[in-house]
Amino acid sequence: MSQQVLSANRLNDGLVVYLVADDTWSEDIEVSEVAGDEGSVNALLTRATQAVSDQKIVDLYLIEVAVVGGEIRPTKYREFIRATGPSVRADLSKQNYVPGADA
Amino acid sequence: MALIKNREITEDHWVRIDDESAVPAEGGAIVSIARWRKDRAVLAGRNAPIGVELESGDGPEVVADDIVRLDLIAVPFATFRDGRGYSTARLLRERYGFTGELRAVGNVLRDQLPLMERCGFDSFEYAGRTDAAKALKAFRDISAVYQTAADRRASAAALRNHPSKAFSNGTCG
Amino acid sequence: MYMYDEIDQSLVDERVIQFRDQVNRRMTGELSEDEFKPLRLMNGVYLQLHAYMLRVAIPYGTLSSEQMRKLAWIAKKYDRNYGHFTTRQNLQFNWPKLEDLPDILAELASVQMHALQTSGNCIRNVTADQFAGVAADEVVDPRIYAEIIRQWSTLHPEFTYLPRKFKIAVTGSEIDRAAVRFHDIGLIAKRNGAGELGFEVIIGGGLGRTPFVGPTIRDFLPERHLLSYLEAALRVYNQLGRRDNMYKARIKIQVHETGAETFTEMVEAEWAQIRDTAVDLAAGEKQRIADFFRPPRYRASADAEAQLRLQLRDDRNFARWVETNVAPHKVTGYRIANISLKPIGGIPGDASSEQMDAVAALADRFSFSEIRVTHEQNLVLPHVRADDLYALWQTLKSYDLDTPNLGEISDMIACPGMDYCALANARSIPVAQQISERFADLDRQHNIGELKLKISGCINACGHHHAGHIGILGVDRKGEEYYQITLGGSGAEDASVGDIVGPAFPYDKVVDAVETLVDTYLDIRTDGERFLDTYRRVGKTPFKEALYGTD
Ligand code: SF4
Repeated sequence: MSQQVLSANRLNDGLVVYLVADDTWSEDIEVSEVAGDEGSVNALLTRATQAVSDQKIVDLYLIEVAVVGGEIRPTKYREFIRATGPSVRADLSKQNYVPGADA
Repeated sequence: MALIKNREITEDHWVRIDDESAVPAEGGAIVSIARWRKDRAVLAGRNAPIGVELESGDGPEVVADDIVRLDLIAVPFATFRDGRGYSTARLLRERYGFTGELRAVGNVLRDQLPLMERCGFDSFEYAGRTDAAKALKAFRDISAVYQTAADRRASAAALRNHPSKAFSNGTCG
Repeated sequence: MYMYDEIDQSLVDERVIQFRDQVNRRMTGELSEDEFKPLRLMNGVYLQLHAYMLRVAIPYGTLSSEQMRKLAWIAKKYDRNYGHFTTRQNLQFNWPKLEDLPDILAELASVQMHALQTSGNCIRNVTADQFAGVAADEVVDPRIYAEIIRQWSTLHPEFTYLPRKFKIAVTGSEIDRAAVRFHDIGLIAKRNGAGELGFEVIIGGGLGRTPFVGPTIRDFLPERHLLSYLEAALRVYNQLGRRDNMYKARIKIQVHETGAETFTEMVEAEWAQIRDTAVDLAAGEKQRIADFFRPPRYRASADAEAQLRLQLRDDRNFARWVETNVAPHKVTGYRIANISLKPIGGIPGDASSEQMDAVAALADRFSFSEIRVTHEQNLVLPHVRADDLYALWQTLKSYDLDTPNLGEISDMIACPGMDYCALANARSIPVAQQISERFADLDRQHNIGELKLKISGCINACGHHHAGHIGILGVDRKGEEYYQITLGGSGAEDASVGDIVGPAFPYDKVVDAVETLVDTYLDIRTDGERFLDTYRRVGKTPFKEALYGTD
């Protein structure tokens, strides 16, 4: 089975988030919890479903990742863009964007 | 589930009779359109109110000949996204002249209530999760209407042409 | 411009209160996402690839400077300092928070704007010719009827849960700048033999998975019957449109499957029942609306033209901009100035808050505070005095808004694609940027002449690729971005759907392919032929051979 992390959008601001081992949600895919077998994937889903019921997140789904040199990288380009930001606006990337800095 | 009629929560005096059960002699009874077709002769002669529930996608023409006889017509919304019932309701009211109880049944939720009322529904088998008493507020969410419809509320254009009619939160029911 | 009265204002104000309540109910879980989604969509709120997205309606593409300033302010305060003008004359904010959205809608309502029905299976924001009211060849200002339709369709009780979305476009001119034949309903204003005003009614056009050039359903509909006819058409559609398969739910499929003739009969039969009811507006109300669209007080000066001639002679760059971006106005001494939102290498249709503010200020100074938004993702100042053009152009330059490329290859339409859109198969914007860079030389572009290039990131065709002289469609090939090229489409009065030229190209080959197509055209064109004309004359073969070789 390929490696998976759980992704969703946060309900209140809509931003892309990933499920972390301590049951929080992070915008940073690097800290997400990677599941590699059916049991742990199901456990991710159960916890995420709870977060839906708690009005924390919407639109949850699993994405496939590869862990290369300790870095968690989505295998699909679409998910790479979700994890990093629009490819055409480096200034808005998750690495560079500082909320409020342009206001 | 609560029954809303004329913008109030009321007790339902009608009973639904499934296709296998006998229709009681007394009290308002709602039967399926299939049952109505089959037993029309008997049911039409009943000495108590009779209602028919249409099927999803049935247009008003399926009861065109029964408008006068029927006391209630129930129009189903299989999901709230299926909007065919809005046209059915308007036509029943505006074209076929149905004056009995027009009831929305099925996936009837809070935010669709005012639209349904505008199309001529006066009763609603409310199935939303919002408390029914709170859901009643939905009827007063938006005061202005731009169209003439089955509820005969004065449209914006009509109000503009008759400045004497002051603009206020329209109460039609 | 149309101005709200207390009735119009109450509706948008109450709508904000209603939406605030809906958002609260969503946050507390009283509404599930499934139940909330159609409600938020009806207020223009999507959940996109990165975040929520708000689509603000710019009805029939007309904006006041005050409204533009408000959009700039919203971008600054609640978003990331920019907005994206779309092919439907809307503006999209890409990063609003759900919890801020009720406030944003309240800000919009304060300047008579809203996001009503910019999404969902309802009658969408109505679009119109961006030169409405100023085009020399116009029969009537289509915005009068677009506003009438806007009001009629707003919270229409019967048509809010249609089988699928429904788009209406209106033009008052024979030159079609509004792509009316690619809408669910297209209306072309005209006069009949007796000089009466009416509309040619086109139903069932559209792009997307199954593109159709819409057939004319009625040659002449007297204008007084507009709303009853629309109501009849929508009712037929609402009752019979497919609800079992969303890919077959648009009215174009219904018209196609029923046959235009039978469909017309159904609409006419329904219309016969309601044509003399209160659905149609009384003359007084129509006049009230029409009065808002009276021309401004033009003050052409006698020597405006002479002065412009001098400036054109003295400044070659200015002359080039005027040649490409400025169009004739129906009033002598005035011009229509197009502002390109397609700087070389830029993101088509994006404008920063600073640019929006700058355009608002220029509209105040030079264009009676009025701005238009085009379906080709550009802006327009509709009433500029000939002798003001030079000053206008100089200011535009300092905001990177002076690119003289209107209608040329770098003035392309591109949808947001995979950089923003959750439905995309491939990116659109970087392809647009690379093509723009490749043809950056303005002399070269100018020599190529009119060439409408349109890019969509998926089959939904928001980038109108079927209607491009050259169309580019992003497809997914086993996880790789590929691009299928179509040729010979047109969204104008000579509407046509482009033909697929051959197998798709990978991301790093598509710009070369476009260049090959353009070079082929340059080789074989005859004098005065546009790319589209050449294609129509010679057909696919030479282009195909140039791309794929002969075999
Ligand atoms: S065409 Fe496809 S990718 Fe582009 S904006 Fe529309 S849905 Fe998104």
